[in-house]
Amino acid sequence: MTSRQQKHWHNWTKLWEIIKTVKDCFQTNNGSGYRFTDGALIYFFVFASLILTIESYNPVPISTLIKPPSRVGAIANMKKYTFTDKKDTRSGFGDAMTELGRTNPNVIALCADLTGSLKLEVFQKENPERFIQSGIAEANMIGLAAGLTIGGKIPFATTFANFGTGRVYDQIRQSVAYSGTNVKIACSHAGLTLGEDGATHQILEDLGLMKMLPGMTVINTCDYNQTKAATTALAAYIGPAYLRFGRPVMPVFTSSDQKFEIGKAWMVNEGKDVTIIATGHMVWEAIKAGEILESRGVDAEIINIHTIKPLDVQAILKSVQKTGCVVTAEEHNILGGLGESVAHVLTSQWPAPQEFIGTKDTFGESGTPDELMKKYGLTAENIVEAVEKVMKRKN
Amino acid sequence: MTDLKKIASQVRRDIVRMVHGSKNGHPGGALGCADLFVLLYFKIMKHDKNFNPDGIGEDLFFLSNGHISAVFYSTLARAGYFDVKELATHRKLNSRLQGHPTPHEHLPGIRMASGSLGQGLSVAIGAAIAKKLNNDEHLIYCLMGDGEQQEGQIWEAAMFAPHNKIDNLIAFIDYNGQQIDGSTNQVLALLDLGKKYEAFGWLVLTTDGNDMEALEKTIMLAKANKGTGKPTVVIMKTEMGMGVDFMMGTHKWHGNAPNDEQAAKALAQLDETLGDY
Repeated sequence: MTSRQQKHWHNWTKLWEIIKTVKDCFQTNNGSGYRFTDGALIYFFVFASLILTIESYNPVPISTLIKPPSRVGAIANMKKYTFTDKKDTRSGFGDAMTELGRTNPNVIALCADLTGSLKLEVFQKENPERFIQSGIAEANMIGLAAGLTIGGKIPFATTFANFGTGRVYDQIRQSVAYSGTNVKIACSHAGLTLGEDGATHQILEDLGLMKMLPGMTVINTCDYNQTKAATTALAAYIGPAYLRFGRPVMPVFTSSDQKFEIGKAWMVNEGKDVTIIATGHMVWEAIKAGEILESRGVDAEIINIHTIKPLDVQAILKSVQKTGCVVTAEEHNILGGLGESVAHVLTSQWPAPQEFIGTKDTFGESGTPDELMKKYGLTAENIVEAVEKVMKRKN
Repeated sequence: MTDLKKIASQVRRDIVRMVHGSKNGHPGGALGCADLFVLLYFKIMKHDKNFNPDGIGEDLFFLSNGHISAVFYSTLARAGYFDVKELATHRKLNSRLQGHPTPHEHLPGIRMASGSLGQGLSVAIGAAIAKKLNNDEHLIYCLMGDGEQQEGQIWEAAMFAPHNKIDNLIAFIDYNGQQIDGSTNQVLALLDLGKKYEAFGWLVLTTDGNDMEALEKTIMLAKANKGTGKPTVVIMKTEMGMGVDFMMGTHKWHGNAPNDEQAAKALAQLDETLGDY
């Protein structure tokens, strides 16, 4: 087929899909009071065919001459994400460590008295000589990890995110980042979703702390499979890195055989009206938000930035140049997090309206993960509101 | 004068000239530790001046109290790790000889950054574990300051090493009794440091850190301790500013550089044995 024929065929296929979607929409929308009769369907089909026929012979496509309507029904056609399983991201880390323990004799796990929480029991059992229990002494653990790299070991220093970053910031700064040692700091229980233990344990500043360190790779994963893949990728990567994951069970919606590329954004859904950039647990919220937005006729592009640093600048620019506005979503303080990194890219290269979903310069508190995410504005509904707000600021 | 003492004299001259050259630095502790550095790098340690960061098949040294970098740099240069002429760049812009040692500038001989105190012992223990995992029989040496013992992380590491039977590690404490604000007794007394380490499960040896023969004998004892399951700490009584009379017995030369006149006076007391850089 020629490219023109291909386009023509594509348009007809697309039209058929649209008609089906519109029909389904009306037939299932009991609240609307309308029913899409067969007669109406035929009229619609004839009208649309006419436009398509004209368009296929017209050098200037009609669609470019018509300003897109703000509410266009169910045309968005969002990519569907489903899940059959719910698991915690930390289990993705633990299971990857189990595999690494069996396949890479240089991988070492260090833990500060939280072996069960980090899901390292199997690694510990199978590799007792390569499991280092530091006790409740995180500063020493970071130093041990740095020292282990001299001699070619690949240490994963693990604990809760609060104790593995903020508590030992200077140790990471000097013995890991500045020394350029091949230490992986892998931390669970980041953010509000740690839940009932409250603010002393709910770090919302770790991404900022870690991304500020020169040379530090910073990754925040969104589900079990991605965490597992990221852990494996980090073992093969040479250089200091921080891997952040969490406590609660979450839908497993990324593929189990994914290739994790450090520093490469993942296109969750292509769209044209707004860019939603999400990381960590907020990716699932962004997908739910995308579905709500789709029902309201907004075609959202959803991008998962799992690597906060180095940031996939090209992916961000390409998307925002298309959509013209962006909402960032992270389980982290809006000061210092992913949102600020995105804003930095945009203000210096492609200024565009941005809304920030994240905690608003506050500490957390005790509660269930769901209650906390709701109270602190980290839900799909919050993303939807932010999208509607940011789209009004376009142009 | 033995060869080692000649080298130590030259190292002390280098230290004075380096801190005078940059008008900045920490001569006191560096002068006090010159004998240990020379002994380790010119007699005790098996090491390779053709620097390999991984250090497999070598003894490794970690400096925790990084502010005495001048003695480290001079020793490495005199041992052949890099040209002694580079010592003139110490603490100056675009130098590999940063104020505190770092591998960041790729200076041969430096494997870990130090300066922010209290971290070196943990690093040394990590390296010692890596040696054991690699079935590498070589030893890890680590030098800390006495004031540095006030850092909490030291005691995390001190608790860890005996529990994990890290007996391929010899730690030194430069016990000169001085720190920036005054004597350690005034600032925050260490009391009986040896008993503290003993209580933590270490083999504790004490010696005169400015007497090379005594120091060497002590290190031999420490080396013989490998295989017992206990880490060793050598509490090394030194004189801050050793070799320069007006710098000795005071904390005042902990972090101050001599002026032209003071430098000349200091150098007059130190024999130029290997040729100044």
